[in-house]
Amino acid sequence: MVAFTLNGKRVSVATEPDTPLLWAVREHLKLTGTKYGCGAGLCGACTVHVNGKAVKSCQTQLSEVEGARVLTIEGLSTNSSHPLQKAFVAEQVPQCGYCQSGQIMKAAELLAKNPKPSRDQIVAHMNGNICRCGTYNRIVAAVERASKEG
Amino acid sequence: MTTMTSVKNAVSRRSFLQGAGGLTFAVALGAGGVQVLTPAQARAAARQGQMSTWVRIAADNTITILTPGAEMGQGSMTSVPLILAEELDADWDKVVLENAPADPKTYGYTRKRRGRVSQSMAIVGSRAVMMYYKPMRTAGAQVRKVLLQAAAKKWGVPASQLKTEPSVVIGPGGKRLTYGEIAAFADVPDKMPAVTPGELKKPANFRLIGKPLPRRDIPGKVDGSAQFAIDIQLPGMVYATTVHSPVQGAKPISWNEDKLKTLKGYIGAVKLKEGVAVIADNFEHVMAARTELQVKWSKGKAAGYDSESALMTDYPKKSADPKTKAKKVDKKGDTDKAFSEAGKVYKAEYRCDYGYHAQMEPLNAVARINEAGDQIEIWEGTQAPGRSRQGIAEALGFKTAQVIHNQMYMGGGFGRRSRTDYTIEAALVSKQIKKPVKMIWTREEDINYGMFRPQSFQHLEAALDKSGKLNGWKHSVIGDGRRLLTGGAKISKYYKVPNQSIVEQSAGKHGIRTKHWRAVAHVFNVYAIEALIDEVAAAQGMDPLEFRLKNVPLTAKARRVLEKVAQMSDWGKKRPAGRALGLSMTERSGSLGAQVAEVSVDRKSGKIRVHKVWTAVDGGVIVQPEAARRNVESGIHYGLSSVLKERATIKDGSVQQSNFHDYEVLRMAESPEEVHVEFLNRPTKPTGLGEVGNPGIGSAVANGFFALTGKRLYHMPFTPERVLEALKA
Repeated sequence: MVAFTLNGKRVSVATEPDTPLLWAVREHLKLTGTKYGCGAGLCGACTVHVNGKAVKSCQTQLSEVEGARVLTIEGLSTNSSHPLQKAFVAEQVPQCGYCQSGQIMKAAELLAKNPKPSRDQIVAHMNGNICRCGTYNRIVAAVERASKEG
Repeated sequence: MTTMTSVKNAVSRRSFLQGAGGLTFAVALGAGGVQVLTPAQARAAARQGQMSTWVRIAADNTITILTPGAEMGQGSMTSVPLILAEELDADWDKVVLENAPADPKTYGYTRKRRGRVSQSMAIVGSRAVMMYYKPMRTAGAQVRKVLLQAAAKKWGVPASQLKTEPSVVIGPGGKRLTYGEIAAFADVPDKMPAVTPGELKKPANFRLIGKPLPRRDIPGKVDGSAQFAIDIQLPGMVYATTVHSPVQGAKPISWNEDKLKTLKGYIGAVKLKEGVAVIADNFEHVMAARTELQVKWSKGKAAGYDSESALMTDYPKKSADPKTKAKKVDKKGDTDKAFSEAGKVYKAEYRCDYGYHAQMEPLNAVARINEAGDQIEIWEGTQAPGRSRQGIAEALGFKTAQVIHNQMYMGGGFGRRSRTDYTIEAALVSKQIKKPVKMIWTREEDINYGMFRPQSFQHLEAALDKSGKLNGWKHSVIGDGRRLLTGGAKISKYYKVPNQSIVEQSAGKHGIRTKHWRAVAHVFNVYAIEALIDEVAAAQGMDPLEFRLKNVPLTAKARRVLEKVAQMSDWGKKRPAGRALGLSMTERSGSLGAQVAEVSVDRKSGKIRVHKVWTAVDGGVIVQPEAARRNVESGIHYGLSSVLKERATIKDGSVQQSNFHDYEVLRMAESPEEVHVEFLNRPTKPTGLGEVGNPGIGSAVANGFFALTGKRLYHMPFTPERVLEALKA
């Protein structure tokens, strides 16, 4: 049994402690906004925050988050009010949408520590998150917009 | 704007046609076009379990429109019903969308091919808007006419004196009835009014088409609520995953069931055609079972096949061998004469490796067999819901009506999700173990048991007449892919070269699964065609744009897109040191695109960088310009990823790549800093936009590389090793 805080609520999961956090969140706790893309830490679709830091939840064991604060896309804001969520809608960023939770969570980490990132800083920060629909330029535009309007 | 928080799957069968004091229009799309069903016909259809409503107007002015546009990121879930809403003159903010059921007879578009007429819901080949445009307009206009007639009767005035504003009928003296008010008293007539093409809106009067309206799926894609098949949760659901034959085309003979039985949470295994599914109580347990699973395989169809030696050695040999089986793709004029009398002749050979789809959402489906074992409910993301539902039924020995189908968002399709072998597997597993099951292929499975864009070798020849005009053209493409090899090879759609001979040659069967892949053969054919044109232009000492405009017989459409892209990219302008431009053009699904790429190369590492891309597209009427622009941008990125990085290789019948570390795709830092897309906005019917962005990028990059270095690239992808080799040549 591993207990932690998920989007502000105390939760516990009764399964093997080496289970990837991704599957605990998706299939045990039924929060499916966090996505499985590669299972190998290569694509970023499973990005969540653990104690404010963006991590790849497919590479994070459940035991590592005992007592930690875990934040997923569902907990990022109420009513999509996070500046990034508003900006992603305004810029009409998502296409298939599958990677977008991960993109937004990764970008949220950046804006939290650097509210006015340069284009190069955005690209360097986001480079681990793959998008196959090629929304990269739109993501940059949305992060810039969120940075301005946030 | 009314946002859809979840896509409901049509109405419940029982409430069908009863409505809540509203009007329900059942519209069938048949061989003769659109037909609005009479209430009696619609009730009969409902009794047969066919859901055939297209439009429902409720007394509160909510208008529900069913959408057959399987959504994989291209936006057609919104754009197809928007076309109907346009002619209905609906208040778009009050329009709610629901997924159309997997019933092509009712919801399919009509397709005539080789004399056969069929109905299909397959969202492939950039078809959604193109195929549904006319029927959706007609259906919307018919429904509007019914509302007008009902209002006219109530007011005792001729319908011709009435007009509409969004969801309101306006009568003499400014009298108003909302569509909802009309729905509360009106009936659907037994005979729906006919609509002639002349009665449709003039494009100048469009309120929705051509306007930058937001896509309906986007809000759910920024808060995690958008539902993909992989997200489905059912009570009592168990988990399955698969191991498929490492050598493509092998069958499982036996596996270590005794060992699996000792594992925690393990439920069982199911033998599949070319694989084994393991089942467990949760995902971590099923993954543990997958790790332990050891299968003995029969000899695979692909055993012994080596893709690199085939492409490098066998294909060129077979291509040059007159005994090789060849099929005509296109023939015009007298090619032999054009070449024997030519002023100059040019030849070149091009190669392109296998391509994997790498859609972000690994293949998966959820299936739930009922207790009696005679009905299965499916949740999947498919590009072809009708065909998938039928395929599931056939695999289970069911009638189609025994398959309840729920269409979900797709985390990318790119052609892979028009064949749903993975869903059939989920259905078989659920039926056999009598439980609801979520089947997820791992990324490794997704690649290993992939269906690939075939690799190919091409031999091209061009003949100029004595005046330097392009007068003869020969193109042969060889590989194992049959009809997946020929798309895009017909240049006559834009280059009216008088003498042409285009053939597809067969390299025999390799036993490797091949599949459509965003524009498929256009990727390698357009690359070869446009690279050779560039080479011929350079040999004349001419600018590639000038050569195309002066020495290649162009259609008017081709001339327009070339001139447009030249203007967009400021073609003649000098670029910063170390950068150069390449030009190409592409025809796909009726749309014509011209493309310019600004490239640089790191001569030490061999890495090509594409900084800017300009693309001009003639796609006729553009229904949703902002979504369409992003769709073309998407094609450009998808294409560029393939052109610079992606290659699948096969050794002894086994795919060599397993995840994104060895099947590398384009990342943000490698994507162009600027991508500019413009539409020519011609008043012609809409054509496909999903795949016009990617085929031209290969030659645009290769031609830019030549402009920069004086060297040619003859093998896609242009990996650093190949670039370094070309630089040395």
